[in-house]
Amino acid sequence: MKELIEKQKFTGLSAAEVEEINAEISHYEDKSAVSIEALKIVQKYRGWVSDECLIAAAELLDMSPAQLEGVATFYNLIYRQPVGKTVIHYCNSVTCWMLGAEKVRQRLCEHLHVELGEMSDDGAYTVLPIVCLGACDHAPVVMVGKELCLDVIENTVSEILGR
Amino acid sequence: MENLDKPLTRNIRPDRGFATLADYENTGGYQGLRKAVTELQPKEVQQWVKDSGLRGRGGAGFGTGLKWSLVPMGDADSDNPHQIRYVIVNADEMEPGTFKDRLLMEKDPHQLIEGIIITAYAVQSHIAYIFLRGEYHLSARRLETALQEARAKGYLGEHILNSEFNLEIHLHTSAGRYICGEETALINALEGKRANPRAKPPHPVVSGLWGRPTVINNVETLCNVPHIINYGVQWYKELGLSAATGTKLFGASGRVKRPGLWELPMGTPIRDILEEHAGGMQDGYKLRGFLPGGASTDFLLPEHLDVAADFDAVAKVGSRLGTGTMIILDDKTCPVQMVLNLEEFFAQESCGWCTPCRDGLPWTVTLLRDIIKGRGRMEDLDTLAGLVRMMGPGNTFCALAPGAMEPLQSALKYFREDFERYIVGNKTLLEAG
Repeated sequence: MKELIEKQKFTGLSAAEVEEINAEISHYEDKSAVSIEALKIVQKYRGWVSDECLIAAAELLDMSPAQLEGVATFYNLIYRQPVGKTVIHYCNSVTCWMLGAEKVRQRLCEHLHVELGEMSDDGAYTVLPIVCLGACDHAPVVMVGKELCLDVIENTVSEILGR
Repeated sequence: MENLDKPLTRNIRPDRGFATLADYENTGGYQGLRKAVTELQPKEVQQWVKDSGLRGRGGAGFGTGLKWSLVPMGDADSDNPHQIRYVIVNADEMEPGTFKDRLLMEKDPHQLIEGIIITAYAVQSHIAYIFLRGEYHLSARRLETALQEARAKGYLGEHILNSEFNLEIHLHTSAGRYICGEETALINALEGKRANPRAKPPHPVVSGLWGRPTVINNVETLCNVPHIINYGVQWYKELGLSAATGTKLFGASGRVKRPGLWELPMGTPIRDILEEHAGGMQDGYKLRGFLPGGASTDFLLPEHLDVAADFDAVAKVGSRLGTGTMIILDDKTCPVQMVLNLEEFFAQESCGWCTPCRDGLPWTVTLLRDIIKGRGRMEDLDTLAGLVRMMGPGNTFCALAPGAMEPLQSALKYFREDFERYIVGNKTLLEAG
């Protein structure tokens, strides 16, 4: 799967990507302000940000690739290597840690046969840690794609993956 | 005028998903805005909020009206009568153990939007940004919809409610870094840069986003503003117990019977929050200590339960109210391991800009791991105390490292025996029995 993604030929950012990035540019005094949004737009369509995409986005924003790379590598939610179609973030901050986040992580990784950061064989999932998801009254919490799953315990891990 | 004692959450009800525009309007929504733009001068709005005693709910507790009053307002005779000013909402809630702003944005988005518009009017800003945590997908959807509804109703855009005041609000979703909550780092992030903090002064109110005067307020702070304008300063002041004013969202997480979030008067005794509202400890667990307002606050002990939950009272006993969402340490959780979890978080989220934080936090983590693995020495406790001093206030570029040191320094003070038992007995105090 990973090889497959890497071999796709890059033919520039799509019209939709460029249009969305330009719409964001209109909200700010300066083009480079859109750097994070631009990377997120690329990621929305492609799952991650390849070197080629990064260079093309930098050009669009009048930034150097190195400048944009500095931004891309700073933020936790910008992926500079391929990730599964759905990224599963499990919270490892204090309350979730106290109430069993580590067991949840173990079960997630076992269930999908992956280590943290790896893509599952079918390319469907990647498991990553994340800091406090702001639902500590329902710890432990996991975010599957964009969906927040509350009160997750070991036994409900397969349930949340099933949905 | 129902539920006037809980202004922030009166539209949040278990029987509905979230408050729509109509729900919000039915309980006086956007009346504060109408009053502000039709009856009050911007300076008067500033003065009302100053007089209300509202203090920043993001954790630092700085006077909101005071902050606004520091914005250079210019005038028609000045060199630059069209001075651009910005308002930014700090919606980058990421302090571990904190889950209050998400509720306000998801359940009653118009309350925040009205607060932003009134704030922008008070400092005569015409562009505002909501800097939202990237992980808060539902908040983003609800806010986008609410912004469209507000535009359609004339609460936002050109000539708001037929006044001369114009405002546009843009939603920026971030990509995940705790340091973005620091206001100058947030400005750099919004400018599309790495979120390293900036030197202060100048403070953002004078020179912020692209060098323009910029007011940055927390979500919960801004949610108070419409009610202060709508119901008045005197009403707001009387909401608080003790000398503190208004209400606050308080929360508790960990092994309490009913973890949750409650809007209560500022100054409510901590005991009421933990025993009455959170229902006390779960069966089989005892309260060992708690972080009163998120990961970056000093531990307090059961002996502090009768302290009032307000900024000054909590500071007096050596901690901070912070975000008001309390993390409970029970008697079966090892405080040393808990501190390690906190320090791992801070070490990971350090932006790496200044040396004490970039090098000091990983060093702290290494020492704690060694101690827990039974490789610690007594001198390590002195080294940890030294790190607390080295990363204390004034020695670092921003408040991240000093915040990281708060749970550590208080753990060294209150739970020293737990640290020592690892070193001497090679196990947790819990295992030692």
